[in-house]
Amino acid sequence: MFLTPGFAGVVCFTLLPFAEVVRRSFQSAVTAKWVGWKNYETVFANTAFRMAAMNTLRFTGVCIPILVTLSLTLAVVLQKLRSGKNFLKSVFLIPMAVPAASVVLVWKTLFHSNGLLNGLLIKLGGEKIGWMTSGAAFSVLVVSYLWKNLGYDMILWMAGLSGISEDIYEAARVDGAGEWKCFTRITVPNLLPSLYTITVLSFLNSFKVFREAWLVAGDYPHQSMYLLQHLYNNWFRDLAFDKISAAAVVNALVVLALILVLRRSWERE
Amino acid sequence: MKTHEMAKKFMRGITYLPLILLAGIICFPVLFAASGVFMQQWELERNLAPVLAGAEGMAGWSVLPHAPTLRSLVELLLDSPQFFVMFWNSLKISLCILAGQTMFGVPSAWALARFRFPGRKAILLLYIVLMLMPFQVLMLPQYLVLDRFRLLDTHAAVILPAVFSTFPVFIMYRFFCGIPEAILEAARIDGAGHLQVFLWIGIPLGSAGIVSSGILGFLESWNLIEQPMTFLKTKSLWPLSLFLPEIGLEEAGLGFAAAFMMLVPALLLFLSGREYLEQGIAAAALKE
Repeated sequence: MFLTPGFAGVVCFTLLPFAEVVRRSFQSAVTAKWVGWKNYETVFANTAFRMAAMNTLRFTGVCIPILVTLSLTLAVVLQKLRSGKNFLKSVFLIPMAVPAASVVLVWKTLFHSNGLLNGLLIKLGGEKIGWMTSGAAFSVLVVSYLWKNLGYDMILWMAGLSGISEDIYEAARVDGAGEWKCFTRITVPNLLPSLYTITVLSFLNSFKVFREAWLVAGDYPHQSMYLLQHLYNNWFRDLAFDKISAAAVVNALVVLALILVLRRSWERE
Repeated sequence: MKTHEMAKKFMRGITYLPLILLAGIICFPVLFAASGVFMQQWELERNLAPVLAGAEGMAGWSVLPHAPTLRSLVELLLDSPQFFVMFWNSLKISLCILAGQTMFGVPSAWALARFRFPGRKAILLLYIVLMLMPFQVLMLPQYLVLDRFRLLDTHAAVILPAVFSTFPVFIMYRFFCGIPEAILEAARIDGAGHLQVFLWIGIPLGSAGIVSSGILGFLESWNLIEQPMTFLKTKSLWPLSLFLPEIGLEEAGLGFAAAFMMLVPALLLFLSGREYLEQGIAAAALKE
């Protein structure tokens, strides 16, 4: 009774239309004729799709391990601090509250080929780098993702850390375990369940870097930062619904599979 | 003994150094954006000329403006009706989303947390999977529904799908699960019905969860880009987040002022609700 209105909305705005998209993924866009797996074949043969999918995968593959380890280190260090803990926590969390559009101008001036970062490089005796026009665009994307999510993940880790009882550490120290041993033998095993959630949430947030990418570089950025969302938008403009349908289904399956695999592998621990 | 103690203190001090450095780097873009507001157009132009006009040399910046002024801000607030339209659009969209999420999400979360009914586990799993689906997957499905209901190119097109997003339900579900069963039991013995238990006990005790999810929800909806970009064609309906990138560096003064105005509500909410925000984030991480 409490659930019905909300659930009806979810069904109406997400589930049913998604089923419709699954159906459309087997039809041709114009004539609605049944075409079997043809749309899927077209999508997989499409070079733009391959590039965007590879970039998206590469992006998550590079970012998530960096983010997860960096935020864990930060959480462990911060947890041990005596003073300034809350202040630093807030500071690291600020980027989460900053709307992507408010800092566009900042990214633009930083990463322009005559921008601040290159100015600094030249002063240090280096060479200009085309941040937005070369493969370096990818690392710009990575940096903006880390900037945005570091604090968020840190809070997630700290929640996990605070769940470990101090008694275990006490007992280990009495037995003569050092800091490092405490970390690898107590902290890490106890944090494994958190690792699952944190990876999944970081994965989810990784799709949102499209915002930064789009704000800074528009619809057709350098190809190293051309993501799936760019591709879908461009297909969308061409009304290529058959291609988007097939790609969205594949995309959904990949996300679903990743969620389930991660869940399984951590539950076994 | 003494030196050992001092070394320890010194070591402790040392750990702060990289932390403060990192904090500085993290704050930098925000300070940068904020300092731009107080610069005059000529100063911005001089600083940014190499970036925007292809002039020789490199862009410069000083965090402290030469002649601090509020001119750009005043200009924006008094002379750009366009800005106000966008600002109200953003505010309207965000507040409607929040209201809707509360109206539909709170009861849903309560039901999932507190009632045992067939299919509960399945629905919960479904909600979690849906909350993790990126917009790129949901874009076309949502477009099709909105098209069928003739809602495209209206604010409802951005608001409705967000109202039924499952993320806030999940956050509030976690908080509702934390309420001890004994309290509810006591109320039921006193003769309270399902609705009364929900209204008089569930909502007050779960209020931290509702506030947390509200803050997370506002930050998210204030920052929406993909949805309005796909579902809104008419420029006068656009939220600020789409309007800002349209301002080129030629009007940097205006751009910085508009960016500042967009930043302020989010930051104020962040500062006043930091505790709740942290709780809301942490709620997702705790074990089931």
